[in-house]
Amino acid sequence: MALFKLSINNRAYSADVEGDTPLLWVLRDNLGLVGTKYGCGIAQCGACTVHLDGKAVRSCVLPVSAVGKAKVTTIEGLSEKGDHPVQKAWDEVDVAQCGYCQAGQIMTAAAFLKEKPKPTEEEIVGAMSGNLCRCGTYHRIREAVKVAASKTN
Amino acid sequence: MSTLNQTSRRDFMKIAAAAGGGLFLGFNWSDTTAAPVVVDAKQIAAGSVKFNSYLSIGSDNIITIVSPNPEIGQGIKTAFPMVVAEELDADWKLVKTVQGKLDNAAFERQVTGGSGAVPHSWERLRKAGATARYLLVNAAAAKWGVPAAEITTADSKLFHKASGKSAGYGEFAEAAGKLTAPTDIKLKDEKSFKLIGQSVRNVDNKNIATGKPLFGLDFYREGMLFAIIQRPKAFGFKLKSVDSAAAKAMPGIVDVVTFENSVAVVGKSTWQCKKAREVLKIEYEKAADLESSEDHNRIFSNLMDNGEATVRRKNGDVEAAFKGAAKVIKAEYQCPFLPHSPLEPMNFFAHVREDGVELVGPTQTPDRAREAAAKITGFPTEKITVEITRQGGGFGRRLSADFAIEAVHVSKLVKAPVKVIWTREDDMTGGTYRPAVRYRFEAALDKNGEMIGYKLRGVGINSGNPTREDNFPSGSVDNLLIDSVEHKSAITTGPWRAPITNFLAYAEQSFIDEVAEAAGKDPVQFRLALLEKAKKSPAGEVKYDVDRMIAVIKLAAEKSNWGKKKGVHQGFSVYFSHRSYVAQVGEVVVEKGKPTLKNIIAAVDCGIVINKSGSLQQVRGGVVDGVGHAMFGNMTFKAGTPDQSNFNGFRLIRMNEIPEVDVHFVDNGISPTGLGEPALPPAGGAVANAFYKATKQRLRNQPFINEEAFKGIS
Ligand code: FES
Ligand code: FES
Repeated sequence: MALFKLSINNRAYSADVEGDTPLLWVLRDNLGLVGTKYGCGIAQCGACTVHLDGKAVRSCVLPVSAVGKAKVTTIEGLSEKGDHPVQKAWDEVDVAQCGYCQAGQIMTAAAFLKEKPKPTEEEIVGAMSGNLCRCGTYHRIREAVKVAASKTN
Repeated sequence: MSTLNQTSRRDFMKIAAAAGGGLFLGFNWSDTTAAPVVVDAKQIAAGSVKFNSYLSIGSDNIITIVSPNPEIGQGIKTAFPMVVAEELDADWKLVKTVQGKLDNAAFERQVTGGSGAVPHSWERLRKAGATARYLLVNAAAAKWGVPAAEITTADSKLFHKASGKSAGYGEFAEAAGKLTAPTDIKLKDEKSFKLIGQSVRNVDNKNIATGKPLFGLDFYREGMLFAIIQRPKAFGFKLKSVDSAAAKAMPGIVDVVTFENSVAVVGKSTWQCKKAREVLKIEYEKAADLESSEDHNRIFSNLMDNGEATVRRKNGDVEAAFKGAAKVIKAEYQCPFLPHSPLEPMNFFAHVREDGVELVGPTQTPDRAREAAAKITGFPTEKITVEITRQGGGFGRRLSADFAIEAVHVSKLVKAPVKVIWTREDDMTGGTYRPAVRYRFEAALDKNGEMIGYKLRGVGINSGNPTREDNFPSGSVDNLLIDSVEHKSAITTGPWRAPITNFLAYAEQSFIDEVAEAAGKDPVQFRLALLEKAKKSPAGEVKYDVDRMIAVIKLAAEKSNWGKKKGVHQGFSVYFSHRSYVAQVGEVVVEKGKPTLKNIIAAVDCGIVINKSGSLQQVRGGVVDGVGHAMFGNMTFKAGTPDQSNFNGFRLIRMNEIPEVDVHFVDNGISPTGLGEPALPPAGGAVANAFYKATKQRLRNQPFINEEAFKGIS
């Protein structure tokens, strides 16, 4: 066990865990940030997506010891009032079915749109195909990313 | 009798109190004959009145409604309150929904499986809304001194035209709360619905998009321990011995306990338990045959020819029909086992205390969990509470209570609150799969291409009856025999979204396509002719509504411009299942020599559509699920052990692989018949038949990706 100091959603946290513990489980079991979901644990589904210095990463395969000084953003910290353009688009398009995958979808979409504010449909599909949705809300995810892109600037 | 548990009552009362509670109405999902009753806040808080749902109207106009069924993604937490609000003429913006965490001994329709929640509750929800409206109208009539019949309502407001008086519902909520509810209430004419049929956004969107702790896996309790369980690695194994010394010495591990054939590693965090489980030394011994997929193929062939079949339906003289046939068509179809793969893996919380048991988690069958807990702990069921969380998908998996039972065992053994967590690998290899099935279809045609004989034999592994003997084409063929054989296996199976029909529909609709071709007829016309026959001179009992089936076929043909699109290969499919009727047309286009599924056009008759947005997504999601599993879903076994254990080996459909899905609802004013399942069964058939048109190769086995037609295509 070792003490890890983390910067998450612009707040300082510390967790006393083994260094190989994936960030996902530190967030969930130690820090009470359960918005980040577990779906596969092997970087296949994207449910656990968080931002590391603004880039989308799979927290289920990221050992906490590798986070270092990087700034972590989770779904809870994506916006203060839940009004990030991507979050708003998700409501407007009424994307969620069971909802379980959606935090990961939103985090992936938000990081993608920061890099590519005006994506083509093909680019959207390319960026979002790494995230599984067992309920099959893909049509609406695609639509919501378009809506978010059209409203960002 | 069913009741709301304390937490739900508390949640409800909190919102109601903030709204300045005036009118409280208690009503039930579980008893059609009992009318809604006016109650007071104190009674609800004390739990002295027993209802499974309440609505309140506050002096600030806020309407609060409890939705008692578990939400697994089928949208009832939005759709149910919409029905109440419709009859109440409520302004939807002023309606708040509370999820009831039900806690009762006998709640008839707590289960969300079988697309049954909506049809089951339709009438009762409407009555509740209409009763509340009646009370408000009568309260206003008394105060204004006008006849109640002259008062109209809209958008949470009351109007009296002659006197020009008007008021918001909140103003009369308290007075309405002092009246007695009528026992016989008149419902609206369905043609005057304003809210029902509109697109209303999911009431939980904001909570979902901001990562609120809604799901079972998100439930944490102070002092709670975690448990990761090692179950037998092969179906057919039983536990022989456990050496847990190394696991117990790992950091964070509190205990390792054994029950039945399971070994639970209990500790301070999920990760610590998972790592400690890896160093368990367990020996198993064989308790049943350790089957491989090759064994299953052999078993299928053997039982298909030699099995002792149970007759499911018989009409006319099949032998004679086949003997006298001008043409006989025969084909076999096979599907593999499938895991459910809800994105939230199984998990459950249990606390076995001195005085009772507390259970919390994502289950569709709380009663099963409660009864099992009673058996394990010896407590009477009244001492066992079950709180239902939101569920990250179910697809049938959460109809079982095995994971809840595990939590009870572990908590009892370690005497602490425990959360059992399944890893994805546990979830995928843990059983209760969609059963593997092989079908043999045979059809006899006379010289005019009329189907005069039909035979279906289903052989399934732990499938129960793998046929649905009264579904189409039964009733439309004079001589028909449907029978089945079941092989019992150690591999566990259970209901999987649209049980049996999830595969049967595709096999049957693909076969019908083969028969139509052999008869030299257009697939749509061929089906319509069979249905005409079922209507005019039915063979035996017809248990589906022929007219509704014809209507969706015609609508799908019209909307897809059937048979008239250039360069587009169309495949047809229609199925009645789970009380609704769905026809689909698959469209395949060949691009650079590669056949690609571009579109599915779906015509859906699920009766009145309550929430258009939610319903549209249910259909699209069902089609995506049906197409995805037909294309890619495959679970195979070696000596009782699944070959696939996570999403790297088991392929789920992704965004870059979906067709466009174009949905059309039939508007016929019939009471809603549910939509969680019926869109899935026809999808595979529409796809297979369209691919056939493009490639001239039949897809007779799932997953399609392994079929000859797809060699070299990914
Ligand atoms: S849980 Fe991390 S990608 Fe699936
Ligand atoms: S909404 Fe259920 S998994 Fe995506």
